[in-house]
Amino acid sequence: MIRVVLPPHLRMLAHVRGEVMLDVPGQVTRASVLAALEAQYPMLRGTIRDHVTEQRRPFLRFFACERDLTHEPPDAPLPAAVVAGAEPFVVLGAIAGG
Amino acid sequence: MSGVRVLVGTRKGAFILTADGKRKQWDVSGPHFAGWEIYHVKGSSADPNRLYASQSSGWFGQVIQRSCDGGKTWETPGGGMTKTPDGMPAGESNKFVYDASPDTGKPLTTHQWYDGTQHPWEFKRVWHLEPSLTDPDTVYAGVEDAGLFRTSDGGTTWQELAGLRGHGTGPKWQPGAGGMCLHTILLDPSNPRRMHVAISAAGAFPSDDGGTTWKPINQGLRSQYIPDPTAEVGHCVHRIALHRSRPKVLFMQKHWDVMRSDDAGESWREISGNLPTDFGFVIDVHAHEPDTIYVVPIKSDSEHYPPEGKLRVYRSRTGGNEWEALTKGLPQRDCYVNVLRDAMAVDSLDACGVYFGTTGGQVYLSADAGDSWTPIVRDLPAVLSVEVQTLP
Repeated sequence: MIRVVLPPHLRMLAHVRGEVMLDVPGQVTRASVLAALEAQYPMLRGTIRDHVTEQRRPFLRFFACERDLTHEPPDAPLPAAVVAGAEPFVVLGAIAGG
Repeated sequence: MSGVRVLVGTRKGAFILTADGKRKQWDVSGPHFAGWEIYHVKGSSADPNRLYASQSSGWFGQVIQRSCDGGKTWETPGGGMTKTPDGMPAGESNKFVYDASPDTGKPLTTHQWYDGTQHPWEFKRVWHLEPSLTDPDTVYAGVEDAGLFRTSDGGTTWQELAGLRGHGTGPKWQPGAGGMCLHTILLDPSNPRRMHVAISAAGAFPSDDGGTTWKPINQGLRSQYIPDPTAEVGHCVHRIALHRSRPKVLFMQKHWDVMRSDDAGESWREISGNLPTDFGFVIDVHAHEPDTIYVVPIKSDSEHYPPEGKLRVYRSRTGGNEWEALTKGLPQRDCYVNVLRDAMAVDSLDACGVYFGTTGGQVYLSADAGDSWTPIVRDLPAVLSVEVQTLP
């Protein structure tokens, strides 16, 4: 199972607490993880990436294994520790005031 | 006994304020959708327990929420585990995609940008939700960048009424400082095919065929901030209001100027009269007196607070031009809040209640048509919108 950490606002929207556990078929990439996430939690569609273009929303970043994966290709394989479930895939919102 | 439910959208969530018909004791619930911007919450007049909320965020985009029990519980329509006929999860309640199909009149034009160049349409958020007067599953959504969408399945899917952007003047529309937003949707209670919308900064537009075709109706408006002050479009209309018994009479708070039309918008005349300033955002009409109207004058377009630090609602009982300041119960010194365009509403109890919210987080009520005011709540986040339901 793939572990995903969502920002608090998206956890509230998806009615989940803590990490989300996903069964991701095939190769584990950012695109396949987000597709599995949106399939399990349809209310999150459009909140992390655009409905049509699938472009990442500009204030969001993706981290895992202490690495910034934001600008990796969406179909690049995620780190082995994420695939093994040892480390989570983190969706992070930009720091904000107000 | 009848009662009222006040739906308040704020910068950090939604709040629902309820009271019986005396409007003395208030119950406050919320924040709903804590931390999100709630531009608008509105109930269906066909089913008062059906509410819709526009929830948005600079991080996560647009979400539509729906309640079927008067705001006790909420859901994202189609965002649950509902499956479509082909087995895929549904969940398009937050999907607002502009119509680019050639059979609707090439609506996907560009519009004017701040610097006068052309710029592509980019969806940002829903400013205003207007439920149908007869069907709780049908709702109109006014969005930024300015466009009009409609759902007929309770908010699960949305389709653009592309004839508005496509009718020809779209390339001349331009954003104001708050963005290029469609913020006002008025449904004519006497004619289900007729509606008006207003856009900052484009102007007012009616449709007589349920939203298929549109035209600008800005004759008589004058705006110094566009090269041709009397141009067909480009006017920064802030709000339009009507009385349901007389839907051809429209009242407008423009960027500057308070205006009136007696012919459904075909021509406008100024009714600012003795107002201390005719800049402002809100305008509304008494529930039982079609010529009694309310505005909240704001000092100027560069100083968005009341003149002299005195929060004053102005009332005209003559349909404009002659205005009286209503101050009893409102702060008359050191007050520098704003009252935004969707933040005033009236109830329809026998003694008409008037409500407005401020960027300082107060929601004020007058239970005597404006003669005196009292805060229902004082310390909410900045108020973006106020709507009122009069309950049986």
